[in-house]
Amino acid sequence: MSTDTSTPVQAQEEPIISFRGVDKAFGEKVIYRNLDLDIYRGEVLTVIGGSGMGKSVMLKMLIGLLQSDSGSIQAFGEEVTTMKGQKLLGMRRRVAMLFQGAALFDSMSVAENIKYPLVEHGWGTPAEQDDRVAEVLEMVGMPGIEDLRPSELSGGMKKRVGLARSIAVKPEVILYDEPTTGLDPLNVRRINGLILRLQEQLGVTSVVVTHDMDSCFTVTDRLAFLHDLKMGFVGSIEQAKAADFPALQEFLQGGRGVLGDEEIAGLAEDGVNQ
Amino acid sequence: MNRALLLLGHVGGVASLTGRTFKETFRSPFETKLLVDQIDSSGIGSWSIAVLTALFTGAVMAMQFAIGLEPYGASLYTGKLVSLGIVKELGPTLTAVLVGGRVGAGYTATIGSMNVTEQVDAIAALGADPVRKLVVPRVLACIIALPLLTILADVVGCFGGMLITMDEVGVTWRFFVDQVIDTLSVGDILHGLGKSVFFGYFIAIIGCYVGLNTRGGTEGVGRSTTTTVVAISITVLVSNFFLTQLFFALASHT
Ligand SMILES: Nc1ncnc2c1ncn2[C@@H]1O[C@H](COP(=O)(O)OP(=O)(O)OP(=O)(O)O)[C@@H](O)[C@H]1O
Ligand SMILES: [Mg+2]
Repeated sequence: MSTDTSTPVQAQEEPIISFRGVDKAFGEKVIYRNLDLDIYRGEVLTVIGGSGMGKSVMLKMLIGLLQSDSGSIQAFGEEVTTMKGQKLLGMRRRVAMLFQGAALFDSMSVAENIKYPLVEHGWGTPAEQDDRVAEVLEMVGMPGIEDLRPSELSGGMKKRVGLARSIAVKPEVILYDEPTTGLDPLNVRRINGLILRLQEQLGVTSVVVTHDMDSCFTVTDRLAFLHDLKMGFVGSIEQAKAADFPALQEFLQGGRGVLGDEEIAGLAEDGVNQ
Repeated sequence: MNRALLLLGHVGGVASLTGRTFKETFRSPFETKLLVDQIDSSGIGSWSIAVLTALFTGAVMAMQFAIGLEPYGASLYTGKLVSLGIVKELGPTLTAVLVGGRVGAGYTATIGSMNVTEQVDAIAALGADPVRKLVVPRVLACIIALPLLTILADVVGCFGGMLITMDEVGVTWRFFVDQVIDTLSVGDILHGLGKSVFFGYFIAIIGCYVGLNTRGGTEGVGRSTTTTVVAISITVLVSNFFLTQLFFALASHT
């Protein structure tokens, strides 16, 4: 697995995930028309776009939670749209998703939530599972909260437990659906730091959907801008800023500007140490 | 016309959910713990409703028959009519409507709120099957619990009828019990219990189906819950008519 993330890799590598000509509509309402997108190993791809335009729908189509109407979606060289049974299970072990609202199971404790994918995928012995729970809670900066219930957690804590649950089975790709929305600045930094750390230390490929332009500038290798039922722009932040694309410029200006390199590195550290 | 199509779509949806449930039920390993939890909360948690309803229904039937048959000098047949009415009709149907309202609404509320908070998606994303985890244990629990609750309702309903009959008609409890045993055949009891198995299935599958199709946040969950209660009541009462014919037909063939 590649851990080199400093340079865009699309030139030399096959994408590990690709959308080709994907259409999706709910009844009369068209969400995607002819969507194309490639995601490369080890990169952080940020997806931005207006509310209700279908960012969550895209992530759900990618792991087969929603069916596309036509077109092809491939992950690791296999077609997702026709995947079933063990194949689908195997793909979902490699591609994890952090849901927009964390989607913790209310009826279970934090430990049971995190153990859920471990049990379902038959990961390790019960003792190893307990160790892994402690380990991922440590990674998201909340050790020792195994016995709490989701109802006892704040929004930011839920998000981080959701993240711990997603990374428990050591996925190769993580889909983050608005990981920082609604969090206080400190938690935003923590989560951004964790995304970077997973990428740098474990070579995890990340797709981050966000409305938060600061976070976007902090973690992104490439940016995809959802516009007019498809990806209207895909490229680096520099390319995005230089692009002659008024809708995109408007979106980018929503953020306060690009942070310096040192700050970005600092954030990565912070996320680890909190 | 539009509504008929919509209804047809839902019937198709319930049928396809039934198919998936059937398939997942027989895929090992069996999730015993989930089933036991559901039998506990759905079945055992509903016994008091079943008992209370049956007691007063049996009593009021006895009162009507005792007084209504009096002019014809037929009051002594009260026990026969009450027991037949309870065991074949009111025991299974009233239990299903009331328990269905409680349990089915609960299923819809639970699964519906899991759905709008993406917990159902999360089950799938984390490598499990939502139908297997949520629907299978509930359907099995209801199919097991409803006949048991119906037996309880039958016994308590007859008991309520007995108390009133003893008072109004002046028979001894011995007479009433002998009369009931004399009246009821095994076929009569199976007729009621057979229907209750179907009612159990309807309650669970409708509760789960509406829950899984809930959209629109907490408000959607509220709407869905109401839908479920109405749908279950209507389905139980209407299907009862056809199931009764089916069971009569079965009985005449054996
Ligand atoms: N299961 C579904 N059934 C019907 N419509 C749906 C479904 N899921 C999403 N939609 C609709 O598709 C559209 C896109 O939804 P989606 O959740 O992907 O938006 P989004 O881009 O993630 O927005 P936000 O930034 O607010 O999260 C919305 O109009 C939504 O109502
Ligand atoms: Mg979304």
